[in-house]
Amino acid sequence: MIVATVALERPHEETYLSVGTTARSWLLTTDHKRIGILYMVSITLMFLVGGVAATFMRITLLSPGGGVVAMETYNKLFTIHGVIMVWFFLIPSIPSVLGNFVLPMMLGARDVAFPRLNLASWYIFVAGSLFLLWTVVTGGVDTGWTFYTPYSTQYATSHVVSTTLGVFIVGFSSILTGLNFIVTTHRMRAPGLTWFRLPLFVWSLYATSLILVLATPVLGITLILVTLERWLGIGIFDPALGGDPLLFQHLFWFYSHPAVYIMILPGMGVISELIPTFSRKRLFGYTFVAGASIAIAVLGFLVWGHHMFTAGMSTHAALVFSMLSYLVAIPSAIKVFNWTATLYRGAVSFETPMLYAIGFIGLFTTGGMTGLFLASLAVDVHVTDTYFVIAHFHYIMVGGMVTAYMGGLHYWWPKISGRMYPENLGRLAAMTIFLGFNLTFFPQYILGYLGMPRRYAGYPPEFHVLNVLSTAGASILAVGYALPLAYLLWSLRYGERASANPWGGTTLEWTTSSPPPEHNFAHTPIVTHGPYDYVRGPQGDQRG
Amino acid sequence: MADIRVAYRHAPAPQFDDLVQQREAAALGMWVFLVTEVMLFGGLFTVYTVYRWLHHPAFVEGSRHMALVAGAVNTAVLIASSFTMAQAVQRAQRGLRRGLLGFLASTALLGVVFLGLKAYEYWSHYAEGLVPGALWTYAGQHSGPLQAFFFLYFAMTGLHAVHLTVGIGLVTGLIVLARRRRFTAAYHTPVEVIGLYWHLIDVIWVFLFPLFYLIG
Repeated sequence: MIVATVALERPHEETYLSVGTTARSWLLTTDHKRIGILYMVSITLMFLVGGVAATFMRITLLSPGGGVVAMETYNKLFTIHGVIMVWFFLIPSIPSVLGNFVLPMMLGARDVAFPRLNLASWYIFVAGSLFLLWTVVTGGVDTGWTFYTPYSTQYATSHVVSTTLGVFIVGFSSILTGLNFIVTTHRMRAPGLTWFRLPLFVWSLYATSLILVLATPVLGITLILVTLERWLGIGIFDPALGGDPLLFQHLFWFYSHPAVYIMILPGMGVISELIPTFSRKRLFGYTFVAGASIAIAVLGFLVWGHHMFTAGMSTHAALVFSMLSYLVAIPSAIKVFNWTATLYRGAVSFETPMLYAIGFIGLFTTGGMTGLFLASLAVDVHVTDTYFVIAHFHYIMVGGMVTAYMGGLHYWWPKISGRMYPENLGRLAAMTIFLGFNLTFFPQYILGYLGMPRRYAGYPPEFHVLNVLSTAGASILAVGYALPLAYLLWSLRYGERASANPWGGTTLEWTTSSPPPEHNFAHTPIVTHGPYDYVRGPQGDQRG
Repeated sequence: MADIRVAYRHAPAPQFDDLVQQREAAALGMWVFLVTEVMLFGGLFTVYTVYRWLHHPAFVEGSRHMALVAGAVNTAVLIASSFTMAQAVQRAQRGLRRGLLGFLASTALLGVVFLGLKAYEYWSHYAEGLVPGALWTYAGQHSGPLQAFFFLYFAMTGLHAVHLTVGIGLVTGLIVLARRRRFTAAYHTPVEVIGLYWHLIDVIWVFLFPLFYLIG
């Protein structure tokens, strides 16, 4: 009966989901919204594989002697966990899923600038993923996600080449997505949508795209050099030829430190959308938050050396890298202060996305502050390669980025699916994730500070209690991640129908129906004011 | 009827409002792509700089084994191809199909000449035993770092040759399209953006040539 009423209310409205339902209509689509969903399905599968690896690691670490898996297997587990979570989940997570879905709509555009290239980048991602999964099935790789030479080029007996080629391939997917977003942001904005009227999510995606485009090619060529060296048995990182293995680390971190910002900037962008929406208040200091994104992208290229303080580097270089690493914290801090200032005297409500946003601020701040510990030379020498570092970057990447991804997913879920998720379950999951996360990783700060090194399958007995706590937290975290997977799928069929703008959002994607029609808008919107304006309402005109 | 077909052919893709927006997007897209290419080669140029500084005598020795004449001729060939490519773009802008076809064909031909000469150079290095790895038979001074020099030489000129091969393929594609009368004074974006790509390949060679052949 309810279904019949709904059908009466919406007689023949075609959505992007209803224009085609065959597998072919999905696999050959050039619609940015469908490509976002293709990415969502693929990265969720990769997340499960990476998560299974982490599960086995935590089970191994339940007892000091290890013993659940062989030590070589443990090496493969943490390598696969790192490689998958970094390149096959985190980097594509918010940009390729939420960014693909939302960016053109936020710009008032019908699609990205190069829709076929967009589809191609998904196929490239799938090809890279298959390479990697093939590696896992045929025996894995044990170099760590950093592929340090000369171990990776000369001594490792596992499948280094198929892994580096998989990462190389998936890099092109990143580059093409970044290229597409840059051109789309420059050339596809609706009339009246000036740069300083752009939603902050667009600014952060733009900054992310700059990094994707500038850093990824360097990783690509570095991995090709490693691959060649392994294949030919000769290469330029080989000390026998006068080669310098440290040069590999410089090249690797020249990409991989900016990549850390690929893995947090889009999350910051999501939070900048959630905070004003659920405080009913203009974001405090819009231009500073926008500028901070660009500042992070630029400064992020100048700090790679802080990964190598103990690897052999001149004192002067280390001092400069240390100072620059402190500097890069400033724009991040600006954002945190502006988010909290936005909450002040706002009409704050605590729907699920907002719970994730508030969790993000706490976890990201903790992760960022411990990053400052690591940027100071003396402390870094003490905690290098310990669990302190593990806890630090998991607070940023999981506590920050994954939390923001979950927040964004819930925020845009009504737009993506046209359905509401069950709010109470959503809140329960958000809080479970927050508790589970802290219980997993806070003990690791202490473990690292006490001296437990990373990447070992065993540890001295005095670390037993904290490791058991961490594993217990990981199982709570797993429940927290499983819940949304279940109820979001459930909501696709049984969820309440969503209105066009269930949260009272002010950006352009909320001015079109949920789910949107194939080309997003009935008319190209005309923008007359900036986002987050709760006096004048949503950005576009309300014709259609 | 023919007019309708021409008009349809020149309609912008659905995501664009008009052809101007489409052309600007394509040009910007190619520029961004060229930036990624600069970064790709940039990694290798960095490695070159570091190793030249670490192993200066071996790099001086390496330059002595380069075929200077072949390299110089090749540089002239590529610069000439940039000239013909620029002429092709200019003919396309004016809608001169015969001129466009002629200059595109000479561009591709010059590219093939370059690859031929490069292959000859590679063969002469092979004959001298200067291919790093199992084929390395050179027993003179600095054998270790000299291998690193030649590894870089083959990696950088090889990557350049791969790009040039792709470029020849793209220009050949343009020739096919131009023969089918796909380009007019109003629409010739592919010629322009592939022209940009071609010039970048030439610029990269202009850096590779002195680094490997000249300074010593």
